[in-house]
Amino acid sequence: MKSRIYRNPVGVSRFTGLLLILPFIIGAILFIIYPFVCSFIVGLKDGSGDLGFDNYKNIMSDSNYRQTAAVTFKYTAFLVPLKLAVSLLVALLLNCELKGIGIFRTAFYIPSILGSNLAVIIMWQYLFTSNGLVNQLLGVIGIAPVGWYGDPDKAIFIIVLLRLWEFGSTMVIFLAALRDIPNELYYAAKVDGCGSIKAFFHITLPQLKNIIFINLVLQTIAAMQEFNAPYMITGGGPLGSTRTIGMYIYDEMFRYGDEGTANAVSWLLFTLIGAVVILLYRFTEKLRRD
Amino acid sequence: MRKLLLYFTLAVIGIIMLYPLLWLFGASFKSNDEIFTTIWFMPKSIDTDVYKNAWETVTPYTMGHYFINTFMIIIPKTVFAVLSSVLVAYGFARFDFPLKKFFFALLMCGMLMPSIVTVMPMYRMWSSLGLLDTYIPLTLPSLFACEGMFVFILIQFLKKVPREFDEAARIDGCGTLKTLFLVLMPCIRPAVISIAVFTFLWTMNDFLSPLIMIQSVEKYPLSLALRLSVDSTGQGYEQRKIIAMAVIGLIPSVAVFALAQKKFISGITAGGLSG
Repeated sequence: MKSRIYRNPVGVSRFTGLLLILPFIIGAILFIIYPFVCSFIVGLKDGSGDLGFDNYKNIMSDSNYRQTAAVTFKYTAFLVPLKLAVSLLVALLLNCELKGIGIFRTAFYIPSILGSNLAVIIMWQYLFTSNGLVNQLLGVIGIAPVGWYGDPDKAIFIIVLLRLWEFGSTMVIFLAALRDIPNELYYAAKVDGCGSIKAFFHITLPQLKNIIFINLVLQTIAAMQEFNAPYMITGGGPLGSTRTIGMYIYDEMFRYGDEGTANAVSWLLFTLIGAVVILLYRFTEKLRRD
Repeated sequence: MRKLLLYFTLAVIGIIMLYPLLWLFGASFKSNDEIFTTIWFMPKSIDTDVYKNAWETVTPYTMGHYFINTFMIIIPKTVFAVLSSVLVAYGFARFDFPLKKFFFALLMCGMLMPSIVTVMPMYRMWSSLGLLDTYIPLTLPSLFACEGMFVFILIQFLKKVPREFDEAARIDGCGTLKTLFLVLMPCIRPAVISIAVFTFLWTMNDFLSPLIMIQSVEKYPLSLALRLSVDSTGQGYEQRKIIAMAVIGLIPSVAVFALAQKKFISGITAGGLSG
């Protein structure tokens, strides 16, 4: 975002603005810069209090860490594209002037406001038990019950489905962006004999590319930090198949009391997220420009 | 025909979105056996005693106690977040000052920073200040406009308010703050409501920070109390009591959303990330 350059009104000191954002300056020092620096330093301290990269070396060779990293990537890779696709599709459906469309918009939005609310987590836990609602419904269409909690290949999908069900927040952002596309573009396309599918690929998608990218980044950052749902729903099991990096950090800190490792891993996670975001930026650079 | 198909598709999605919640409500009246054998949400019989029992919880305190705890966090937090974000957004949107670009970049960075990185050092800081197991670690940070997204939404809204408003107010003798609170605030009401609602919902949903910062059951907010109840009851236990507690726990969020729904959604769509 470019900030417009203009002069302050007459009689207003150039420090008035600074004074107004003072809360943020203090907040940034206390809650962004300080924790950032502090966690890096603590992450360098090993068990004997010496500074060095021992923690990082130990983490890298810990097969538990490698598993949580793999789980985190797998989870992100499944969830994010699915969630973006579903939210965009539903936003397209909702982007019309039908009677009562507002009711649907609200209904689709409700799950996302509940987020990690413990009550929703509890509900989700019940839905996927061996004789829970999901398996009962699968039974109706003739599919044998799935052992969601017992199967290391399937347990992660309990979490993926929960977050997918909460696609509303992403959908609303898409919906707002769809409204901003000038109608003239579609009229012009129609005059040129362009069908609706063609119009989607040649008008809608290119117009949305920046918003798609923003949603992609936001969702990736959120997914890579996932903690609440696996912690509460599956406890990381079975066999660590749903244990995310977030859970690894939590366990190191609050179960094993290893502050150095916990901070080092949170820095690793931060770097991983940063790296993924930069990679996404690079990979989509051409697509976004064309 | 196309219209009908669209309605049908939307209705199917709507059922997927809302049926689990409806099922949860129905299940709060069902016996264990009925919960796990019937798909239809309607219970065979409705006995409101389960809610009386659920209100008592399986912990030493009632749901009312945990509600009060939760609101003791939410109310200051919401007030703090609205006040600080409005001030900071006003500064960014309307004034020129040294290092403005740097601070704006910092705001953006804060938005992208994973909370998991900051949680550990924050724990250390609050613990060395002896403030663990109080609500200060949960509420005080909101006083410092820590939620970059809120500031961002407000800036977008403020930009749409014509600068002539400020000038007119100034000519009428309003100072900087008076202009903000008397003239600009009413113009950006949807955004302010969005922020208040977001703070409310996110605090209701927050689990990690109270889990780390609060130790005594007496001070637990609703989320931790629910978890405690789940953990302390076994498989054979009467599930409907837990489910009823979950339903009670959902009511504040759903109610606040329902009340503020129109302004709230227009707040995020108009300001938010579009444009």
